[in-house]
Amino acid sequence: MFDGRNEAAPQDSRTYPALSVENLTVEFPSRRGVLTAIDDVSMEIHRGEILGVVGESGAGKSITGLAVLGLLEAPGRVAGGSITVGGRRVDGLTEAELTKVRGREMGAIFQDPLTALNPLFTVGAQLVETIRLHTDLDKAEAREKALDLLREVGIPAPEDRLKQYPHQFSGGMRQRVVIALALAADPQLIIADEPTTALDVSIQAQIIALLRRLCEDHGTGIMLVTHDMGVIAETADRVAVMYSGKVIESGPVEDVIHKPHHPYTQGLMNAIPSLHERVEELEQIDGSMPRLAARPGGCSFHPRCPHAGPRCRKQMPPLIQVGNTKSACWLQQGGTEL
Amino acid sequence: MTAALSIKGMSKTFDVSAPWLNRVLEGRERQFVKAVSDVSFDVTEGSCFSIVGESGCGKSTVARLVTGLYRPTAGAVNFTDRDGRRLRVQMIFQDPHSSLNPRWRVGDIIAEPIHEMQLRDSREKTRERVSELLEIVGLSAEDAVKFPHEFSGGQRQRISIARALASEPDLLVCDEPTSALDVSVQAQILNLMRRLQKELGLTYLFISHDLSVVRHMSDHIAVMYLGRIIEQAKVETLFQRPLHPYSKLLLDTIPDIHAPHRAKDAQAGEPPSPLNPPPGCAFHPRCPFANERCRHEEPDLLEHVQDVVVACHAVEEGRL
Repeated sequence: MFDGRNEAAPQDSRTYPALSVENLTVEFPSRRGVLTAIDDVSMEIHRGEILGVVGESGAGKSITGLAVLGLLEAPGRVAGGSITVGGRRVDGLTEAELTKVRGREMGAIFQDPLTALNPLFTVGAQLVETIRLHTDLDKAEAREKALDLLREVGIPAPEDRLKQYPHQFSGGMRQRVVIALALAADPQLIIADEPTTALDVSIQAQIIALLRRLCEDHGTGIMLVTHDMGVIAETADRVAVMYSGKVIESGPVEDVIHKPHHPYTQGLMNAIPSLHERVEELEQIDGSMPRLAARPGGCSFHPRCPHAGPRCRKQMPPLIQVGNTKSACWLQQGGTEL
Repeated sequence: MTAALSIKGMSKTFDVSAPWLNRVLEGRERQFVKAVSDVSFDVTEGSCFSIVGESGCGKSTVARLVTGLYRPTAGAVNFTDRDGRRLRVQMIFQDPHSSLNPRWRVGDIIAEPIHEMQLRDSREKTRERVSELLEIVGLSAEDAVKFPHEFSGGQRQRISIARALASEPDLLVCDEPTSALDVSVQAQILNLMRRLQKELGLTYLFISHDLSVVRHMSDHIAVMYLGRIIEQAKVETLFQRPLHPYSKLLLDTIPDIHAPHRAKDAQAGEPPSPLNPPPGCAFHPRCPFANERCRHEEPDLLEHVQDVVVACHAVEEGRL
C-alpha cells in the first residue's frame, strides 16, 4: 500500500512517538526565487504529551502544522527532512494515501470552528460520516459512538444536539464538536492550530481543560500551535519557540517561561503585561520579525537582538542543550564575537 | 479632578427584526437587542478608563456611542472640560489593515483630519505637521509618501495613532488597539500610548478583552456583562479584590504565565444570547451564588465598598 521506505511501518505504533519531525524544510517557490518558510525544524511529541508551538505571525508555526497534516497549499512543498506519525513516514505520500492517514492517525482542530464544519449537514451526519470513514462500525454503532464522543467533549443533551446544524451551536460548543470530530478515529496525534483564539476567555479555559483531559485519557499527542503564551503555560508540557522559520528555543514549559536562554524568548516573556504588578514601561523588542523574502543572514533575530555581535550576523547558531532548554544562540555557545 | 467624559444612563437598542414581508407572512414579532442598557460612568481628565468584557457584552458599542458613530437610544454623552470647552474625541480601531485606505499615501491619510478641521492654514504647514506626527509615533518623515501595505501591522497601528492625533484630540477612544498585534509589537504600541498620554495629557477610553493589557494601561476599570456595567473600581482594587462573581470568573480563567493551573471551579456555562437575556440578574444561570431573588430581580449598581460599585444581590446581602 505504501512505498518502499514505509515497509518498516510498525505493528504496534503505540511504542513510537506520536510525532517525530526531523530536519523539516518547507519551501515556497516564487518568481523571485525559492523562499524557505521552515528551515531545518525538528520536534518530537510523545503519546499523551502536549507540545506547544509558539511564535509571532509569520514565524512558521502554522505551516509546520499544515506540513505534518499534508495540507500545504501549492506551490508550498516539503523540500527536506522527514515527518513520522506513530512510526510511519507521512511526508511524500500521495493524496489517496494521505486521506487514509489523515483523520485516522492524525486529527486537526483549527481556529475557526464555523469553517471547519459543513453548514448544510447536521452535526450528527458529519460525525457519523467521519466515524464510518475511519472505522468498520455500521450506521447504528457509529451513531452510538457519535453520542459517546459528544458526551465526552461535554455537550449537554447529545441526542438532541445530533440533529442540529452547526449554526445552532455557540462558538464554544462548535469547537467542542470539532474536537469530537478530530477524536472520531482515536488518532495518535492531534494538530490544534489556535484552537481557542476565536473564543472568549471563560470559554477558552473550558476548551483548554477539555484538551488536557482528552490528551491524558486517550494518550493522544497534541501539537498546540498558538501565539498566546498564557494558553501554553496552562496547557503544554513542553514548548518550542519559533522565530523566522526556525525553532530557536525548546524545552519543558516551566523552564522556557521562567528561565529562557534565547534573547528572543526572554524579550517575549518580558513584553507580556503582568496581571500581578504594574510597570511604568513594558520591555519591548524593537522592530518586527523580518518578512519571508527579506530574512537577514546569520541568526535571523540579530537585527532586533540587544546582544548581537559579528558572529551573529554571519552564522546561524545550532539548537543545542543549554541548562534545561535547547537554545539556538551564540551567547551561550562560545560568544557572539568571531 | 474634572471629568473629561461623562456618560449618564446611556442605552442603545438595535432593531434586529426580520424584514417587513417576513413579519407579515410568518407572523413574527419585531425583535430588539439591548446592546447597551443604562450605562453611566465618568472618565477623569488625563486618566485611562477601561471597559472589559467578553464578545457581545456591548463594550465596542459603548466606544461607538462615545465617538458618535452610533446615536444613543437614551441617555447623554457629555465631554466638556472645566471651562465648558467641548473636548475633541478621536478613535483608534482594532484592525490596522482595514482602518487605513489602501489607495491613499500615509501622508494624505494623516493630513485628512487637518484639512477637514482646518487646523493648518497652508499646505506647507500641513506637511510639516504630518512629518511631526510621524516622528511622534516613531516613524520617519519620509514614510509620508509610502502606501499602507508597505508597513507591518505594528507600524500601521502607529499610522492610525498619528491620524488620530492629527485632529489634536483630548480624548482617545481605543477599541482593542493591540488585539491584532503580536506580543512584542503590542508592547511597543502600549509603551507609545503611555508616553503620548503623559506628553500630550491625553485621556483614554480603552476597550479590551485582554485583562493583562487593561491592567497595564488603566486607572479605572468597568466590567460589562450583557450590556450592563456589573462592577466598576480602581484597577488595583478590582484585580486584588474583585467583588462580582463574574469579575472573579474572568480573573480566574484568564491564562497567566506566572500562575498556571489555578483552581477553576466556576468555569461552567456560556454567556447567554443578548437576543433573549435571562430575567433578573443576567449572570444568574452561571453564578454559583444565585438564589431566588437573583432569578427575578435585577440588581442595581451600588457602592458597597468605597469607590467600588457593583451590581450583585449576593454582595449587597453579604452572602459573598
